[in-house]
Amino acid sequence: MPIQCSSCAKNRAMLRRPKTGHSLCKSCFFWAFEEEIHQTIVSARLFNPGETVGIGASGGKDSTVLAHVLKVLNERYDYRLKLLLLSVDEGITGYRDDSLETVKRNQQQYDLPLTIVSYEELYGWTMDAIVKQVGLKNNCTFCGVFRRQALDRGAMMLNVDKICTGHNADDVAETVLMNVLRGDIARLRRCTAISTASDGEGGIPRCKPLKYAYEKEIVLYAYFKKLDYFSTECVYSPNAYRGHARTFLKDLEAVRPSAIMDIIHSGENLSVKEGVKMPVQGTCSRCGYISSQALCKSCVLLVGLNRGLPKLGIGKHHRLHDKILAQQALTQQEEKKLKAMNF
Amino acid sequence: MCQVDEEYDSVLEQKSLPAVSKKCMKCKEGTAVLIIRVGDAFCRGCFKEYFKHKFRAMLGKNRVLFPGEKVLLAVSGGPVSSCMLAQVQEGLSREAPKKLRFMPGIIYIDEGGVCGQNAEEREKAVVQLESIFRTTGLPYHIVPLEQVFTLPESVLEPVYRREQPGSSYKAAVDQHIRSEVTQGHGKPTVEESQGALGQLSLQASTYKLEHKLALEGLFSTLKTLTAKQDMLHTLRQHLILHTARINGYSKVMFGDSCTRLAIKLLTNISLGRGAALAADTAFSDSRYGDVVMVRPMRDYSSKEIGFYNRLFEVQSVFIPGLDTKTADKASIQRLTESFVVKLQADFPSTVSTVYRTSEKLHTACPPQSSTTEPAAKCLLCLCALDTKADDASACHATLMSEQLSRGTVEKTGRTDAGCCQGQKQACGDGGCCSTSRAPGATDLRSLLCYSCRLTIKDMTAVDSLPPYISSEAEKRQRRAAMKKEIGEFLLEDGGADDE
Repeated sequence: MPIQCSSCAKNRAMLRRPKTGHSLCKSCFFWAFEEEIHQTIVSARLFNPGETVGIGASGGKDSTVLAHVLKVLNERYDYRLKLLLLSVDEGITGYRDDSLETVKRNQQQYDLPLTIVSYEELYGWTMDAIVKQVGLKNNCTFCGVFRRQALDRGAMMLNVDKICTGHNADDVAETVLMNVLRGDIARLRRCTAISTASDGEGGIPRCKPLKYAYEKEIVLYAYFKKLDYFSTECVYSPNAYRGHARTFLKDLEAVRPSAIMDIIHSGENLSVKEGVKMPVQGTCSRCGYISSQALCKSCVLLVGLNRGLPKLGIGKHHRLHDKILAQQALTQQEEKKLKAMNF
Repeated sequence: MCQVDEEYDSVLEQKSLPAVSKKCMKCKEGTAVLIIRVGDAFCRGCFKEYFKHKFRAMLGKNRVLFPGEKVLLAVSGGPVSSCMLAQVQEGLSREAPKKLRFMPGIIYIDEGGVCGQNAEEREKAVVQLESIFRTTGLPYHIVPLEQVFTLPESVLEPVYRREQPGSSYKAAVDQHIRSEVTQGHGKPTVEESQGALGQLSLQASTYKLEHKLALEGLFSTLKTLTAKQDMLHTLRQHLILHTARINGYSKVMFGDSCTRLAIKLLTNISLGRGAALAADTAFSDSRYGDVVMVRPMRDYSSKEIGFYNRLFEVQSVFIPGLDTKTADKASIQRLTESFVVKLQADFPSTVSTVYRTSEKLHTACPPQSSTTEPAAKCLLCLCALDTKADDASACHATLMSEQLSRGTVEKTGRTDAGCCQGQKQACGDGGCCSTSRAPGATDLRSLLCYSCRLTIKDMTAVDSLPPYISSEAEKRQRRAAMKKEIGEFLLEDGGADDE
């Protein structure tokens, strides 16, 4: 016997919602999914009318769905937003070049202007070149730090008011778990916020409209909408520890589907003891980007790369920041420690 | 950033093999019998000193146990709580250099009724434990879980007690010393406790058949093991709290090791208990007001305890629990445990990192607590309600999803929907619960915190809850209704009413 849609009670249900367990027909699912994102946007007051919003587009499922839904909602509810696509080219052959093709197709399908900023033009290094120097270990540190800044720099070039990224509920929950496992109390407190503070002078506010959308539902949405997206793992990411957290989260979801939302709820309600030392936000004295240290992470990484000491930015070497700023030479012992290991 | 091992490179590289005939790193004389941390080999004697010191240091540092105070030790028979009992005994013995000055008692909750043990097995476990308890000479209480059906509703009434001023500990110690001098070296305490031995096991360890069936009924309505474990924990806390209250204990000691607390922390995050995380894992938890829960074993890893129990022959009794012999993915609690234990094997800093995270947290105080009336507390876990969050929250988003997928067509008489689920729609928009309550079924949802709601959601029939819970729920609802009725005449509402 075909199951009826629990929402409209007319059509045949096509799917069971991973989030709630209800059986829904295709159109009711689309409606519910989009409406939820609309509610998130409205209740968290993510956008103001007339703003220019840059969508961080990687070509993957999350950002593809985000671009699609934002375009739909912008027209349906008349947000009066000017939407742009913003992509970062890390320079990874066999991965990013292919996914950027998808973004270019999206640009045409959704009729949104696309800007691509590349590591090569910003930093003078492609990820391929970085991996050649650093090796396969720790390369994600470079990529992650650089991408964050690249997105900001691209956004500044385009003069956008806000950036939104395709982080979904699974990503947020996973980050909560990761920060607990790493004991990173500062990030634990920040990671569940739907948008970064807009009043801060450092950088453009970012937000996550898909924060409460399950990854599985995003895939379902893309599948039924026949959206064109790119799904390949990055060729350089082994991601051992995060992999454990991810598997754990998926297992939790299998035991109790609401677990993802429950973790986010926990994260939102945590509060940190007074007197726990928190990093203070400042600006990098070299490039002016936000940083809690004298030098921002990407400057340290870059200096490390340019001097042939890739490990400079890996781990904590705050003591060396003054030396780098003063452009002094490092001692031989220090240099030896920071060189890439040769096998 | 993605790979955590990046910062541990150097640590991982210097793996040293334990030498067979190493000397103790502390006294440099005795032969090492075990390695506690990387490279730290201890001999038997030094290990014992180190272990004992840690326990005393934990109590000394926190200064919450007052001299002469009655303290209840919650002993499950497992290795950690048995070790805790051994430590307390050690501290009470005549040879101890600085004798512990509180008056301990023991409580064991017999959960065999829900863990699938038959009467014989339960009896056997109780006999084993009793023989251990008797040798300690401390008063003990053996309480079957079935007794929750006889609890008064006052267990759930939050008791508000003013914070102890900081100096009171010292004052209490001084007073104790003075009275000890007049009484003569505190001998009476020992005699008193031994004199009490006669009436120790008076606490009825029997239970009525109807209560046994009621308990079985209650647990059979819980559909998931996750909910069962959570409910068992809640009921156990209530029973211990009640026993402590009627016997005049003002502190309860729990045997939570560092490993257990790390597991508990992650479990509670996964269960949506983030708001009460600090209270659930800190050294002391004063949510019940007059009875404070303390966790003196929180500095020991389960491995250390295993070593100690083995080396010094601390007896423990194995009693199967709800999740014994279940698969890794049987419940959230079970899954988290296996996750942490496995991760700890590969990354030895996991437990201590997670545990240290817990020390940096404190329980979020809901903003409305600044008004005269104290904030509403959850009916089951008695932590502050965390469901009043603003519109942009996970709590609200979940309700929204439920509402949207249910659609405009309200279906009545859905078989899979418990009575609580039906109320969700009313709760969704304003946070105010419907007044048109279905007859018979009590709307518990509004009285519960986020996580306890999840447990109740996994329940097919809420009417099987013990009477003290349902009658307290009704009482609170009547008060809420009353308040609503007179709401227009109340001046300056503090917003502290129940949702």
